[in-house]
Parts: sequence; C-alpha cells; structure tokens
Amino acid sequence: MTEPSSRLLKTPLHALHVKLGGRMVEFGGYDMPIQYPEGIMAEHNWTRAHAGLFDVSHMGPSLLVLPELGGGDEAHRKVSAIVEKLVPSDIAGLAPGKVQLTVLLNETGGIIDDLMIGRPADPARQGMLYIVVNAGTKDNDFALIQKTAGLDAELRRADDRALIALQGPEAEAVLAPIIPEAVALTFMHFVRVEHPEFGRIIATRCGYTGEDGFEILVPADKAEAFAERLLSDARVKPIGLGARDSLRLEGGMCLYGHDIDTSKTPVAASLSWMISKARRERGDFPGAQRILAELKDGVPSKRVGIKPLGRAPAREGTEVQSDDGQVVGVITSGGFGPTVNGPVAQGYVDTSYAKVGTPLKLIVRGKALDAEVAAMPFVPAKYKR
Amino acid sequence: MTIYYTSEHEWISVEGDVGTVGITAFAAEKLGDVVFVELPGAGKQVKKEGDMAVVESVKAASDVYAPVSGDVLEANAAIVDDPAKVNADAEGEGWFVKLKLSNPGELSGLMDRAAYETFCATQ
Repeated sequence: MTEPSSRLLKTPLHALHVKLGGRMVEFGGYDMPIQYPEGIMAEHNWTRAHAGLFDVSHMGPSLLVLPELGGGDEAHRKVSAIVEKLVPSDIAGLAPGKVQLTVLLNETGGIIDDLMIGRPADPARQGMLYIVVNAGTKDNDFALIQKTAGLDAELRRADDRALIALQGPEAEAVLAPIIPEAVALTFMHFVRVEHPEFGRIIATRCGYTGEDGFEILVPADKAEAFAERLLSDARVKPIGLGARDSLRLEGGMCLYGHDIDTSKTPVAASLSWMISKARRERGDFPGAQRILAELKDGVPSKRVGIKPLGRAPAREGTEVQSDDGQVVGVITSGGFGPTVNGPVAQGYVDTSYAKVGTPLKLIVRGKALDAEVAAMPFVPAKYKR
Repeated sequence: MTIYYTSEHEWISVEGDVGTVGITAFAAEKLGDVVFVELPGAGKQVKKEGDMAVVESVKAASDVYAPVSGDVLEANAAIVDDPAKVNADAEGEGWFVKLKLSNPGELSGLMDRAAYETFCATQ
C-alpha cells in the first residue's frame, strides 16, 4: 500500500505529517497523508465545524512574470495576453487582487488542467500573474505556459514554497492574529504579505471544501513553523487527502484526471461560466470553434451531480443507466459524503437525462441501484463574498 | 470455541459446526471509517476464499471473503444499519455472518491468534 518513500517527492511538511501520525500514500508523485489517526470521517466533520489544515504543497504554485514590472493595466494586459492563448477566461479583465478559476485548453477545446490565475493588487507588481496548477499535471502545464510565453515572460515555479490550506468556519478567526491582512479578503482574492516571522507570503481566500478558508503560500523553510503555529490553536486539526476528497465531492468540485480531462470541454464539464462574455465574442481561445458551437447547440453529455438514493456508494467507473435500462453515462467521482450522511457522486450523463430530479440506475456489483440527478453542491457553499 | 484468522484479515469463531465470521480489528483500522456493508442473505452458500460480503469505507470498497465454505445462517443486520459498529468492535458486535460449516476440515489451513499477529506485523 505504501510506496517506498525514497522514490517519492516530499513536501516541506513531510516530517510534520509523519510526526502527526499521518498514513502516507503516493499522490501526484508525492508521499502524502491520506489521513491522520482520527480518520477521514472525523477530519471531514472537523473541517465543516471548525478549521482544518491541509498540506497542498504538492500542487503547482508559480508566477508568470514580465521582464519589467509596474506599468499598470498595460503590463497586466500584456502578461494576460500570454495565458489567454491557453484559457477561455477574461484574465485581462481581472480586477487587481482577484483570482479566477479557469482551465487550460488544447487546440480541440479539451481540458488540459484546471488552475487558478490571480492578478496582484499592488500597482508596482502589475505584469505578473499568480498561477496554481494541479500536482500530477504541473510539469506539462508549466512547460506549456513557458512555451507559450516564449521570451516575453518567465514562468517561475514556486518549488521553494509550501502551500497550506486552512479551511472551515473558524479559519478566519484562527488566521486573524497571524496574518491580519488576510481577514480583509473576500472570496477569490489574494494578498502578498511581507511577514515579520514567516517571510514572503501569498494568502488567497479560496479552497476546495466549500467552506470559507484560505490557501497560504509560505517559504519552505518557514512552512513547518507556520503549520505548527496554526495547529497550536485548538480549533485547528490536520486533515489528509481522504477528507479533502470527500469535502470537495460534497462541494461539487472537479478532480482533474477523474471528472475532467482532455476528452472533456468546459461546456461538457458544466464549467461554461469560466468562458467569459468578452472571450466568447472574440472567439480567440483554443478550441473556440467547437466550444462556441457547443454553447449554442448543446453537448451530447454533460457533468452532473448524482445522488444514490440508498446507502451504497457508487464509485468512479460505475455505469449509469436510465430508468428503462439504457446506458446513459458513467460516474467519474463517487463516495460517501459525511456531511450529507450518505453516498454522493458526479458523472457524465446524456444531456436528455441531465435535468435535476431525473431518475437513474447505477450498476453496482451487478445490481441496479436507484439514483437521481442532483443539484451541486451537495452541501451549500459558505464562501465569504 | 476456537478463533481462526485468514491472510485476508477475516476471523471465524467456531462452536460445533457453526462459525461466526467478521473482519479483524487490524483490517477495520486499515479500512478506516466503514460507511456501508453488504451481506449475503440467509441460505446463501459461500465457498472458502470466495466473495462473501462487501465493506466500504469513505474512500474505497473492499471484498470480504469466506474463510471456509458453508451456508449462511444469519447476517448481522445491526452493522447494515450502523456500519460504524465494524470499527467500534470488529471482533465482537461488528460480526458479519454466521455460517454452518460444510467442510470443517478447511479450518486447519487457517492461522491462530499468534500466527495472525506475526502475519500482521509483516503487513
């Protein structure tokens, strides 16, 4: 079950995970904690009620930087023009301090990765974008972004940093005395802080749980001290990848490589909201021809929430049938939702079966189990707007 | 009453020709929080090392195999209603099924407690 740890990469918090009793598994090439001794259920529930600390350093934080910073909106437009060759969102139109969730697209409109792109608030730092991609895809993503930028900008990997998420209703109160600047942020905004104790920090109000919370980029050599400071607060417990997955599944969010991949467009993935009005009008993103046609005419199948009506979870790969036994789709993520207190799933179904409330059958171990199309998220989001 | 263990982490407690079967505390701890259990109905015939039940944690589904061949006499409805019982008391209240053994000779291939503990130490 556990890979030989020597072969795997380690985050700056690896020793802390081991000290805390983390059960270590391979994820995205890293040796990561799937859970701590209290277990996935307790960790999940703790995050929804208090604050959970997640090591997400395996992800790919980076900065895309023009040779010269400053220069206001013009510099921002220039650096945005580079990534807009790869994503369908209006990056040039981002307000200072805002981050946007978007997707890297290939030339046929397939999703290469989902990622966050942020515009610095500081006027002196225009011409730079903060970009965070997924763990398993980061080498390819970074190569693609650098190739697209050519000599116009440099993609700087933040491999010398740790990325730590603090999620849950008590996250703000915990963080307030440590990074006061973070408290003023609203959802999907970020701030750069020169911290007297923890050095150069980027704090973003975002997350992957549906709760209010933050993701904080800290220098690797300060990461353990920073995590220990958060954990010294009784409201904070460490949370592993197992609960991270059950939290995001209840939150209706996509897991790359499962719910989205290059075989899916943003329209099929029910992520059309990422395709901004201005970009639709210009039609200047990869796969625009196909994606604009899909926006107009629809897609044959699309991503939806699926609620198994019994107690049995339906896992990834489970066949989805219509009420009358036709194969109409497949589950792409499924498991047990501790907050829902029952199984939850998402998957792709033929568009004629995608309406909320449509009855479905899930073929689990040869039996057809009752399910229905459900609105996502399964647990209401509690973002601070 | 004698308790035997398998390398797939099932236990069977035998009295006469009736065995009570479950998964070990070691297995329950490895699985994590059990959220769903599927048990065979009374009367079902199971074969040694064949599929007998399914146990699902938050993360994954696992098969539970029959330690020996037999007919299912009773399934533990209490763990279907409250799967957390498997974690709370895997080798007691968290039992899965009672079997009428069809070939008690199969028991001789299983481990005793000491052998099982040695086996777990290598896992």
